[in-house]
Amino acid sequence: MLNSAKDQSMLISLEDVQKWYGTFHALKSISLSVRKGEKIVLCGPSGSGKSTLIRCINALETIEEGKIVVEGHVLDGSTKSIDAVRREVGMVFQSFNLFPHITALQNCTLAPMRVRGVSHADAERLGRKYLERVRILDQADKYPAQLSGGQQQRVAIARALCMEPKVMLFDEPTSALDPEMVKEVLDTMIGLARDGMTMICVTHEMGFARQVADRVIFMDSGEIVEEAEPEVFFKSPEHQRTKTFLGEILAHH
Amino acid sequence: MGPIGEDQFLFLMQGLKWTVLLAIVGFIGGGIFGILIALLRTSKNKVARTITAGYIGVFQGTPLLMQLFVVYYGVALLGIDVNAWIAVAVAFTLHASAFLGEIWRGSIEAVPKGQTEAANALGLHYVSRMKDVILPQALKISMPATIGFLVQLTKGTSLAAIVGFIELTRAGQIISNQTYRPLLVFGIVGAIYFIICWPLSHAGSRLEKRMAKAAR
Repeated sequence: MLNSAKDQSMLISLEDVQKWYGTFHALKSISLSVRKGEKIVLCGPSGSGKSTLIRCINALETIEEGKIVVEGHVLDGSTKSIDAVRREVGMVFQSFNLFPHITALQNCTLAPMRVRGVSHADAERLGRKYLERVRILDQADKYPAQLSGGQQQRVAIARALCMEPKVMLFDEPTSALDPEMVKEVLDTMIGLARDGMTMICVTHEMGFARQVADRVIFMDSGEIVEEAEPEVFFKSPEHQRTKTFLGEILAHH
Repeated sequence: MGPIGEDQFLFLMQGLKWTVLLAIVGFIGGGIFGILIALLRTSKNKVARTITAGYIGVFQGTPLLMQLFVVYYGVALLGIDVNAWIAVAVAFTLHASAFLGEIWRGSIEAVPKGQTEAANALGLHYVSRMKDVILPQALKISMPATIGFLVQLTKGTSLAAIVGFIELTRAGQIISNQTYRPLLVFGIVGAIYFIICWPLSHAGSRLEKRMAKAAR
């Protein structure tokens, strides 16, 4: 199926993944491979399973059938495999989910200290480095509630980066933001992409998809309907469902 | 009718000392075991959840007075010689842990799911997830209810009189019997309870207002 050279550069692979919520078939035979450094944009109507799909990759959701491998670790439901996978995977949420009772910097230092056993001083160095990278170091000692939505989301990106993950998952990172703050978050993500981070982004920001995506994947009703390079995807989508979706999305932007 | 002088007042203060000590012991013991109950009640383990639900049900569903009786005389029936002080401390700890456990369970569940997910995504394990992320937020949410219970507990210590404890209420009863001035004596006793409990209630409602503001 895959030759070994290709295999080595493969960071994530999903094979025939099935997920149900009760009787609702949320993911239908999803197969997907992501190479190192690849940027993938997942789009589709709400309820199409795109968020569920990326949440399966770091085991926030369990799957009923199929196989997920991340950086050689097979997700088999054991704590050990989940830990191993989460060590490689960073995640950014729609609603930021910063820890509100600690400062931006403490949000960044917590996991390195607790999970990787980094010393307090080293964790702070790490935290400052990544807060600098998302250009928000000047807000390091503020609490999340004192920051704007865009700033909070950038702190959330820095928090994930502090674990030095091999891949970043973005679950609609700009959907909860006021329009004027979307750009600062997208610029941060574009910067990350330029630095070679492997990324899977669930987003409806088609400008972002055009600019950075290697592949755009369209999902509907729990299935991958279509995947293509952005050029092809936007110019000449194959399926009617994709055309309808793009028509709706682009009419609003 | 006898006078109420310095001796009588000192006797009441002796009683007050036990009232405060009982409340503190109940609160500390109840706090430690209450956290444990709350954690078991919210754990993934179904057996732990069921047992703690039963525990909370029993202690919330029966009078504190009866709980004191059962522990005080029950332990003696087992042939173990315990003094009243330990029996009462145990009873208050059991009682308070059930109530605080239930209050804190609610607070743990009131912390948004996204917090647990973010902690999980970062790879934090249960202990750190609870200690560093969930419990600090849950305790903050629970403050008004926790303080409310502390006030209830303080007043509830008067029931310890039934097993021979001379705490504030029992001390008042004794003085009242000596001096035949029940209205005056219990007026003083009531005022003392009020002086302890009112600032607590007040602090609780102030906290609640501040939190409502912060949440906006």
